[in-house]
Amino acid sequence: MSKGIIGKKLGMTSVFDAETGVATPVTVIQAGPCPVVQVRTADADGYDAVQLAFDPVPMRKLSKGEAGHFAKHGIEGWYRHVVEFRDNTTAVQGESVTVETFEPGDKVKVSGVGIGKGFQGTIKRHNFHRGPVTHGSHNIRKPGSIGASATPSRVFKGIKMAGRMGGKRVTQVGLTVHAVDPEQNLLLLKGAVPGPKNGVVEIRSWK
Amino acid sequence: MSNVIETLERNQLRRGIPQFKAGDTVRVHFQVIEGQRRRIQVFEGIVIKRQGSGARETFTVRKQSFGVGVERTFPLHSPKIEKIEVQAVGDVNRAKLYYLRGKVGKKARVREKRYSASERTLQATQELPAATEQSVVEPEAPAELPEEPAAESAIDVEAEEPTADAEAVPAGDKS
Repeated sequence: MSKGIIGKKLGMTSVFDAETGVATPVTVIQAGPCPVVQVRTADADGYDAVQLAFDPVPMRKLSKGEAGHFAKHGIEGWYRHVVEFRDNTTAVQGESVTVETFEPGDKVKVSGVGIGKGFQGTIKRHNFHRGPVTHGSHNIRKPGSIGASATPSRVFKGIKMAGRMGGKRVTQVGLTVHAVDPEQNLLLLKGAVPGPKNGVVEIRSWK
Repeated sequence: MSNVIETLERNQLRRGIPQFKAGDTVRVHFQVIEGQRRRIQVFEGIVIKRQGSGARETFTVRKQSFGVGVERTFPLHSPKIEKIEVQAVGDVNRAKLYYLRGKVGKKARVREKRYSASERTLQATQELPAATEQSVVEPEAPAELPEEPAAESAIDVEAEEPTADAEAVPAGDKS
């Protein structure tokens, strides 16, 4: 069975273990409570999944279609985000998923939209090497050859070049749940997760 | 920083950490865990930097060990630190004493802060409660006391210097 929840990344800090004194770098995520809007089943929809909602907003912030979806499934209130989590078979429609579904030590993967880096060259974007800096070189951060000449007399698709970097969905796998605080709906994950502070992240169990 | 993280960090802050800065000589009593045994190791040297804020603040202590410079960075609020003793207050003009790394022998020393007679009596009266401090977990009050004389001495020095200059200038004009 797989577990999942939606949350907001608050930032990073480090936490001391009172016993051993070990400092652990953690990302603090405010997750849930996420109402289960809809349960999808293999019979009806062809796959098993649950639809979770997160971040309450006033109705005027949503389109009529979005607001109607909550009303149709009898959910009180309106939410900004709705995400489907596959293969979650224990959630019941109408109930809420909280951080208590996770326990310290659980392995998770976290998806979110990474920080946008803007227009970047090939060195930062694709880890190219740079050219020589001295001996009259004009090839310091240039991309180098992008293909042959008369044959094929075009540039192949998918050649790595400069361009927009970041701002795309990234999944970080293999993170460990360090601590869970059900009172404040906090999840402390060891290590960094994608996205800026206050970015929305999806947390799923991993392996 | 979000409030949640601030409270998380505030809960981890330790009380009773003495006030010290770069240039001071400190003795750090640090817990070392060897298998099942715990023992306390003392690392004595000059603080060359303090870095970071909140629960993540660290300080670096440098000492000469058998002619080799050794630096060790401790998290200020680590539960492994049993006690920090301030041995001497240094008189330095930098917050980061990286220049000590390039120096050997007598040049790698830090001048000790000297106080005028009035400041010394002020300190003596205020050190009495500090001397009774035994455990680290005691309230912050004794640690905060030395703050006052330090601030006063800074004001004194600034006030004295301009007057000395003012006297020197008219003397030159007369000649």
